[in-house]
Amino acid sequence: MALLKVTDLQVYYGVIQAIKGISFEVNAGEVIALIGANGAGKTTILHAITGLVPVKSGSIEFEVPKTGMNDKDIVTETVNLRKTPAHKIVSLGMAHVPEGRRIFSQLTVLENLKMGAYTRNDKEEMEQTLKKVYKRFPRLEERKNQVAGTLSGGEQQMLAMGRALMSHPRIILMDEPSMGLSPILVEEIFDIIKEISKSGTTVLLVEQNAKKALSIANRAYVLETGNIVLEGDAKELMNDESVKKAYLGE
Amino acid sequence: MKLVEYIIGQLINGLNAGSIYALIALGYSMVYGIAKMINFAHGDIIMVGSYALYVFIVLMKMPVIVAILLTIGFCAILGITIERIAYKPLRKAPPLAVLITAIGVSFFLQNASLLIFKANPIPFGTIIKVDAVNIGNISISGLTIVTLVVTFICMAILTLFINKTKAGSAMRAVSEDKGAAQLMGINVNRTISLTFAIGSALAAIAGILFLSQYPSLKPTMGALPGIKAFVAAVLGGIGNVPGAMLGGMLLGIIENTAKAYISTEVSDAIVFGVLILVLLLKPSGLLGKKRIEKV
Repeated sequence: MALLKVTDLQVYYGVIQAIKGISFEVNAGEVIALIGANGAGKTTILHAITGLVPVKSGSIEFEVPKTGMNDKDIVTETVNLRKTPAHKIVSLGMAHVPEGRRIFSQLTVLENLKMGAYTRNDKEEMEQTLKKVYKRFPRLEERKNQVAGTLSGGEQQMLAMGRALMSHPRIILMDEPSMGLSPILVEEIFDIIKEISKSGTTVLLVEQNAKKALSIANRAYVLETGNIVLEGDAKELMNDESVKKAYLGE
Repeated sequence: MKLVEYIIGQLINGLNAGSIYALIALGYSMVYGIAKMINFAHGDIIMVGSYALYVFIVLMKMPVIVAILLTIGFCAILGITIERIAYKPLRKAPPLAVLITAIGVSFFLQNASLLIFKANPIPFGTIIKVDAVNIGNISISGLTIVTLVVTFICMAILTLFINKTKAGSAMRAVSEDKGAAQLMGINVNRTISLTFAIGSALAAIAGILFLSQYPSLKPTMGALPGIKAFVAAVLGGIGNVPGAMLGGMLLGIIENTAKAYISTEVSDAIVFGVLILVLLLKPSGLLGKKRIEKV
């Protein structure tokens, strides 16, 4: 059963239809890439899933363990995220690293990370997650008392990812994590995404850097002006002539 | 020696008035920071608080402490209610619509109290009875001491709350980026309500202190201190909490100095002259950050 299942999603900005009835699914443990050019609707899809933009029609179904957030639970129920207020989604186990990072620039690094764990009440568990995040991003620990706005672009991206991990999500939505970063940092960020995936978190990745995205994804969907035009195994898409021509610059 | 004492005395008078402006300015600034709107009905909360105190003490014969707590609670709930009914439906509306609505709410509150309590000023004895303190040749009235102490305590608690608690951090997060705050699981509506509640509670405290100094109730009594506190908030940098405290204190000192050395009649003109100067020279205020427009 799919962890996240989007069916016939339609989103409008005023009279303009940004998403024209798309369907896709993400299975537990997968890395799924949504690729496409600027304005194809990739960010809008993520915003629709986490409730930042209103959805016109369609359904967004998310599998949630019935008792608690424990991974061992087998009994699940399907929650329609369209009917869930945006601020209740993170506690269902879905974190979103938004485009442009959107860290709280006037809060310290530590305060930002704690905001990521806002819905968690168990302080000890939170401290353990914090330790894990610091282990993954040692720079954040070095700078924990620094105001986040003073971090470099790469550090801010790491903070945005660390902040999302603080909610201990089952699925993490990442929007253009490589945007504006140097090639070395892009490598580093993608290595971290791979690690996050390996540690058992499902990843839904939106990227303009199609080559990098396809290299770490299991499956991918190609978007063009609000429609899915192609979908399939990431390795196969990498060798697809039309994808090569349009997105890989070959 | 006489001159120094005189100056110190005037400074204390200035801080006394400034405390009240600062308490009111905090509400303007916090609400601006989080809802990006100027709540022009904020000054009228002072008036509502004053009438509420009068009702609780004189008409209902409640003990003073109970009446004060009820007044603060009543104003906090009023602030939340105003936001829910008048401002929340306009959250995505153009700023001008929100501004006009706020002025409308202000008129509504003034006219509602005119309807209930009539236009004649109602005299009200002071509820703060503390002896004056003499330091050398300077005598500080009990009321001034209470005002300064209460203001200091309110500011200290507010600063701790905003910087050290989870709800305070959430408030700062919401004021910076509502969407990202929602992704963290923060209930933005509840955070906005909390901000209005705190702002209105501080205005109620300011109202009680103000009423103790000018013991007469009338429906328009909140307008002038309200608008002066707005000047204070802009002076300090609107949206900035320490700025509102600083702006309020400075404005009180400026106003009092003008009254003492220039003339009482023009002191208001000087206060609003400060607003014009700030808007011309440093629109972001003394502690305000320059807003960087993102493209």
